[in-house]
Amino acid sequence: MATGIKIAVVGGGLAGLAAAMKIAEAGHDVDLLSVVPVKRSHSVCAQGGINGAVNTKGEGDSPFKHFDDTVYGGDFLANQPPVKAMCEMAPAIIYLFDRMGVPFSRTPEGLLDFRRFGGTLHHRTAFAGASTGQQLLYALDEQVRRFETAGKVNKYEGWEMMSLVLDDHQVCRGLIAMNLQTLDLRAFNADAVIMATGGPGLIFGKSTNSMVCTGSAVSACYQQGAKYANGEFIQVHPTSIPGEDKLRLMSESARGEGGRVWVPKNPQDKRGPNDIPEAERNYFLEEKYPAYGNLVPRDIATREIFQVCIEGGGVGGENQVYLDLTHIPAETLTRKLGAILEIYEMFVGDDPRHMPMRIFPGVHYSMGGLWVDFEQRTNIPGLFAAGECDYSIHGANRLGANSLVSCVYGGFVAAPSAIDYAKNVERGSSETNGIHAAELKRQQEINDNLIRQTGTENQYQIHEEMGKWMTDNVTVVRYNDRLKATDEKLLELQDRSKRISINDSNLWATQAVPHARQLKNMLELARVITLGALNRDESRGAHYKPDFPDRNDERFMKTTIAEWSAESPILSYEAVDVGLIEPRKRDYTKGKAKAAATAEEAKKSGLPVPDGAAQVPTPYTEQKPQNVGREATWVKDGEKIVDGESFKELKDREREEKR
Amino acid sequence: MNEANVEKKRLENPPQTVDFRISRREKLDAPQYTETFTVPYRRNLNVISALMEIRKNPVTKDGKQTTPPVWSMNCLEQVCGICTMVINGRVRQSCSALVDDLLLAGGGNTITLEPMSKFPNVRDLTVDRTQMFDHLKQTKVWIELDGTHDLGPGPRMSQEDVQERYAYSRCMTCGCCLEACPQYYDDNYIGPQAIAQVRYQNMHPSGKMTRDARLEGVMGDNGIQNCGNAQNCVQVCPMSIPLTRAIYETNREATIYGLFGWLRK
Repeated sequence: MATGIKIAVVGGGLAGLAAAMKIAEAGHDVDLLSVVPVKRSHSVCAQGGINGAVNTKGEGDSPFKHFDDTVYGGDFLANQPPVKAMCEMAPAIIYLFDRMGVPFSRTPEGLLDFRRFGGTLHHRTAFAGASTGQQLLYALDEQVRRFETAGKVNKYEGWEMMSLVLDDHQVCRGLIAMNLQTLDLRAFNADAVIMATGGPGLIFGKSTNSMVCTGSAVSACYQQGAKYANGEFIQVHPTSIPGEDKLRLMSESARGEGGRVWVPKNPQDKRGPNDIPEAERNYFLEEKYPAYGNLVPRDIATREIFQVCIEGGGVGGENQVYLDLTHIPAETLTRKLGAILEIYEMFVGDDPRHMPMRIFPGVHYSMGGLWVDFEQRTNIPGLFAAGECDYSIHGANRLGANSLVSCVYGGFVAAPSAIDYAKNVERGSSETNGIHAAELKRQQEINDNLIRQTGTENQYQIHEEMGKWMTDNVTVVRYNDRLKATDEKLLELQDRSKRISINDSNLWATQAVPHARQLKNMLELARVITLGALNRDESRGAHYKPDFPDRNDERFMKTTIAEWSAESPILSYEAVDVGLIEPRKRDYTKGKAKAAATAEEAKKSGLPVPDGAAQVPTPYTEQKPQNVGREATWVKDGEKIVDGESFKELKDREREEKR
Repeated sequence: MNEANVEKKRLENPPQTVDFRISRREKLDAPQYTETFTVPYRRNLNVISALMEIRKNPVTKDGKQTTPPVWSMNCLEQVCGICTMVINGRVRQSCSALVDDLLLAGGGNTITLEPMSKFPNVRDLTVDRTQMFDHLKQTKVWIELDGTHDLGPGPRMSQEDVQERYAYSRCMTCGCCLEACPQYYDDNYIGPQAIAQVRYQNMHPSGKMTRDARLEGVMGDNGIQNCGNAQNCVQVCPMSIPLTRAIYETNREATIYGLFGWLRK
């Protein structure tokens, strides 16, 4: 029995808190680092809900269908085993949050209510009003505070990770972080490190992400040898509210609850939207995709909206389309979508209950991230990753309401995996042999040089230019010549960033030094995203090249792996595990074509679908997850599962069976 | 379709530029002073984007090169609570403070930005609200889970109860209620936010089972009896949380517990 295990968790959003809670519950110590107080993490921005096939509506939903929808929505780029495991665990995750007191919306019977989201035909999304991420994050925040009070979790809020501490064998032994008030650097010794730092949206300048979502810490790992996978897959959310400082998200739940996207047939129509008769409106999504209508997956909705606007068909000929909820009673809207409608009203001024919203796509989520195996281990021993900062679940495109569940799943797998590793790792004398001090010194020198450095460049200007180039050329539609030009621009910006001067002579709590360090790291990741896109000559999920409009499974049903080198990212490709569901063409124009995952495949996956058509469940059984082959693979001691097989044994058996 | 006045009132004759009068402080306990910056007017400008503009090239209205003002920001959607400050004398989030609205309400073309006054002022417009999170520890606002393993669904609840709890669950610990509370100074009172969280957990069927521990958390020297019923909190709360209702209900519970609780021990 190993004693005194300490695990550092970097990031206090949903994934980080989920991992911290599991580790503390297993009796081990956690150092939890976060740039902002954990309760202010970006997870609060998730609006729509969390997916789990609970089948309360009697639609015959099952974890297998969730699995199939996720893999299909991700255009067959995700390794299937972890996706399957997530979908299996999803109902139990929702129930756990239910027990933690999340105020999920209810049915008249007092059961959990579910709504529909993009990319599925089932009501599978549990929600708490229209601010579900906030409630889920707070529930975990409360549980972690409970462990903090018990002395198991030490929070370091207002600390930013700068680098990993690696020993001579490239084994992770801790990390270096900076106190954002004093700029003091400190080495954190740890048996294992879990990265849970979220996405890199700020690389695109304005996005739906929070201001902490720079990807900086992940980029630091990448520059120290961690593999970065599928970087080019960036989700652009179809509906955001353009703003001066950011693009504010208009949740998919607006469409889930019946919101309709349209433009006036005459773009120059001067009438207000409410005065334009039905016959003169073009509901272009419903027309082209009768089965899914406004609820096609995000990449498709984004491209269609983008296309309409590029062709001059946007409202007033501008980059905007209407998202219309006015046909739904105002009272229903307030109850189901109040929080997001308030955001629109607050920042735009018009009341969406009575006036169609004007929206446009915005950068939203990175499907790519640190490469991890099926137990959330990166290629660096002792370094784990979970949540948006890992690449494992969403393939080429993420389905709505799958992010929250993937964050929690990632944290719940990473925690026991890290504990398992920490129990068995040879400690050596890493504390005394000076590797922490050496890395600390290296980081201090970087800071010192940065502060001394003089030049005429402005770091915020460089950030803006990077954002504009990335948004213009590396988002919805991609062309190879423009991608090449973007990479050249990024090289120029990297060069110019060596000549920035810190424009703040007061270093106490300054934003200038942290931002300068983030900028350098963002530029590195920007190249990974751009070159990954340049190399991938096909169209798949969120990655779309008009010159290569088809998916090319033969060449590119592969994970892109980027490894850092001083000159340029080194790209290689790894086969995708598609052993459970055979890849098929993605087509959302018809409802039936989608159901092509065969019963045989379902059986093989261990998640068989119910025989016959959807049935109304019998009373008192509808809250139980249907057809879950086994119980969720985690329990209190992090070892055993209910049917007597341990997590590790299970994984071993799965691996064995695969061979 | 509807004739309601649903279009936003806009500034009719917007000025060319807007002045921001900003409270500055170099570090904790250093003296406070103000500097004024001028930003070109743009429609849809909010306080944060104005600050970003100033940060890029910090020169005061009088042409003096200075340090960039420091403030906190994160989600910019008024859901993380971090960017709270006092704007034109009123405490609120700076991300959702639109310049147009501020000028419409205040007249003139100057906007003043000050840090919240009830918390340690770290630098310029940033404050340290650690004490608010400490109050959440003191009041034990969590459900005592048996464990995080799969034990099936939680208790059934009516949508009505859920809706009241949902209102409390939206508290983002921003501190507006404490800033506005006349009773709150030098961290002498756990304040409306912590009490609302007690109410939030005490309403839950499982949370009810450990209600007493939370009630004890609100009954100390810094507890609920410090409320002077000024009701400022509920007026400034950006999430429209029924704070006074939470105080009323919790106070009632605490009183009963204070009178008869010992019988159960």
